[in-house]
Amino acid sequence: MPKHQIDPNNWVKLYSDYLFNYTITRVNDREVAQDLISETFLAGLKSMKNFKGEASERTWLVSILKRKIIDHYRKINSNKGKAEVRMNYINDTDSEGDWLEERVADSTVKTAEDSLVNSELGDAIYDCLAKLPGKQADVFKMKTMLGYDTESICKELDITASNLWVIIHRARTALAECMEDNWFK
Amino acid sequence: MKKRFLFISCDEAKHICDKAQYGEATSWEQFKLRFRLFYCHITKTYSRKNTKLSETIETSKVQCLKAEERNKLQSALNEELTKQQQD
Repeated sequence: MPKHQIDPNNWVKLYSDYLFNYTITRVNDREVAQDLISETFLAGLKSMKNFKGEASERTWLVSILKRKIIDHYRKINSNKGKAEVRMNYINDTDSEGDWLEERVADSTVKTAEDSLVNSELGDAIYDCLAKLPGKQADVFKMKTMLGYDTESICKELDITASNLWVIIHRARTALAECMEDNWFK
Repeated sequence: MKKRFLFISCDEAKHICDKAQYGEATSWEQFKLRFRLFYCHITKTYSRKNTKLSETIETSKVQCLKAEERNKLQSALNEELTKQQQD
């Protein structure tokens, strides 16, 4: 019997936020990220029979998403794109060819390192969020990541403000413990 | 009654600490919290962990979908699932 089962009905609920965070750190565009996730789910549906159950559903979906992200970059890295980059470089007459070392290289490396750490940290946060009860995770995400005000969340989820703060308190306590065990140690 | 004016319970302190993470604690509440931090190590530990969590989330720049964006994804997936069941 396979270790993991597949159930597309739960994909959006369980994995869409994780996949979105994974994608947005790589493509930096909300709409493109959503399109890629949608394509990933559709591709997943079509190749469900290839799922052997050895890896988790999330790992399997991420492997499809990685392909989609690579395809996305292949598409935008067309000849037209390259021509635009070349044109910008030629127009920059002050740089005289050595701009790469002087102005770009260091900051690029730093940014790459930063985004790698951020990406791993994001994964750790999502792993901890996955351990919370659904409502706690939803309220926490709305309040902390989306920055919604208390009133909007209460209205949307039909809860009182004191309910919201109890949920936030439980979520924050559990997350802080989880991050302490899995990230800070 | 006067004592209650400045001294708050541990639970109340934690609640203020949570609100402070989102900039929703009043100045007076923050003052009462800071006062309690002087003598209560439980509040102090909670406050330290809570602030650390906020800073970590801020650093990570972690993002999630809005409800309407999630619903859009769900609709597209449902449509495809229905198609698949019909085939």
